[in-house]
Amino acid sequence: MTEYLLAVNGNLDEDAADTRTMEDYQPVFEAVAQFNQNLRAEGAWVFAGGLLPVETTTTVDNTGSAPVVTDGPFVESKEYLGGFWVIEAPDLDAALEWAKEGSQACGGRVEVRPFQGEADDAAQRAGTAATADIAG
Amino acid sequence: MSDAVAHAAIERIFREEYGRVVASLVRRFGDIDVAEEAAGEALLVALERWPVDGTPPNPGGWLTTTAARKGIDRIRREQQRDAKHQASLMLNSNFWGDDTPHEPTGVVDDDRLRLVFTCCHPALAPEARVALTLRLLGGLTVAEIAQAFLVPETTMAQRITRAKAKIKAANIPYRVPDEADLQERVAAVMAVIYLVFNEGYLSSSAEHSVREELTAEAIRLGRVLRSLLPDVPEVAGLLALMLLTESRRTSRFADGELVPLPDQDRGGWDRALIAEGHALVRECLAIGRAGHYQLLAAINAVHTDAPTLAATDWEQVAALYDQLYAVTPSPIVALNRAVAIAELDGPEVALAEVDRLPELQPGLTSYHAWHVTRAELLRRLGRSAEARAAYDAAIAATDNAAERAYLTRRRNQLAG
Repeated sequence: MTEYLLAVNGNLDEDAADTRTMEDYQPVFEAVAQFNQNLRAEGAWVFAGGLLPVETTTTVDNTGSAPVVTDGPFVESKEYLGGFWVIEAPDLDAALEWAKEGSQACGGRVEVRPFQGEADDAAQRAGTAATADIAG
Repeated sequence: MSDAVAHAAIERIFREEYGRVVASLVRRFGDIDVAEEAAGEALLVALERWPVDGTPPNPGGWLTTTAARKGIDRIRREQQRDAKHQASLMLNSNFWGDDTPHEPTGVVDDDRLRLVFTCCHPALAPEARVALTLRLLGGLTVAEIAQAFLVPETTMAQRITRAKAKIKAANIPYRVPDEADLQERVAAVMAVIYLVFNEGYLSSSAEHSVREELTAEAIRLGRVLRSLLPDVPEVAGLLALMLLTESRRTSRFADGELVPLPDQDRGGWDRALIAEGHALVRECLAIGRAGHYQLLAAINAVHTDAPTLAATDWEQVAALYDQLYAVTPSPIVALNRAVAIAELDGPEVALAEVDRLPELQPGLTSYHAWHVTRAELLRRLGRSAEARAAYDAAIAATDNAAERAYLTRRRNQLAG
């Protein structure tokens, strides 16, 4: 099993052009709730969250001699992280299937990215694969 | 036999068997790098032992078994270093003594099918798909692939390394896709194979022997895919298309100049490839689920069926292009259809159609084939000045030396 981040990216220009009201978004909320439900039912759910607007960001930099706290994101960009799911899936194909469903539900593009594994080295996998080979 | 000759013979066998060996090892070890390294080690053993012991009766099986042992040795060494993983290595004793013969069909070929779907996964960049397929299934070296695609070897090495790293990190599976995704994924595999073929075919010239090897490699992969997916008519169509195109390759050039279909010496066409291609097209027709590659193959079948240019069944060609346009509504297809129309209804009707095409896609005016088609039609209508301008535009729009030479000569032949 691999853990994947399904990141939903927002775009400030697209947001500005969006004239939909909160009410218009109701079907989106419902679709996302249903998707979350499906993730849980299939045991793929790890964690998920929607983020408040990018203006609410505070950046902390403690890499120098003293910590510096500033308003706003570190990188000035039109693109920002709007929300995400962390899921567990047997392989990328399975993760992509979830991403298709998630993208449709939230009405946004979804980036799929694997997390670093704990014991993700070839030797371990090879051992498991060879064992599975014999078992099958 | 000298050492050099013996080594060349062993390396040729290794290359032919590479896809099978690596695919089988990837299934066992779940890791491309382990598989490739183990295969490389097996080659070293073969180079040492075969000249002394003689080539084994089943060299592919020998290579797979030897490489599997090397792979296991390596895993053992690594796991001894890392005691935490000891427990996970529960290799069965049967596996250690695995001397099962290397079978050309069945599970072994399923391994190659799995691996080709991994190499052509949509999560990989298209150019990486081509490179990986040629490397892992075709057994070409990184240097050869780099040379074939005219990029520096370091660039190609990086491209392949990155793709392999992504397969591992993102856990792209070694698996034949589910029925629901199969058609789309097979299409991606076919696109890679056809791209390899065209890369070799369209730019083949005397000084690029590796490029000619690409067409042979694409056909070989096409045959593998066909044997693995015998029930998918598009796969048969793709193989037929490549065979029928390849059958005309040697007639396509004369003295470094391109020879277009109407002027080709039909006696120089490869009849064996044509017969094989025609049989596949007939098989597709019997199934009756026409698709892009099948229709292109059928058009090529009509051309290769005609003993002379005049004997070409243009009505059939135009009808097939109509069908192709319904499947793939590209201006290029419309352009080719116009060529058939010129033979059926005359150059005037065809020219009117060709001149209308940029309305559908303005980009067509920078495509050399559009200018060539116009030039040839204008020539036939005796409109020399306009034809000359069209040839000039065509020459300006192509980089291919053989094509430029041909077009320049055509232009200079114009009267007035």
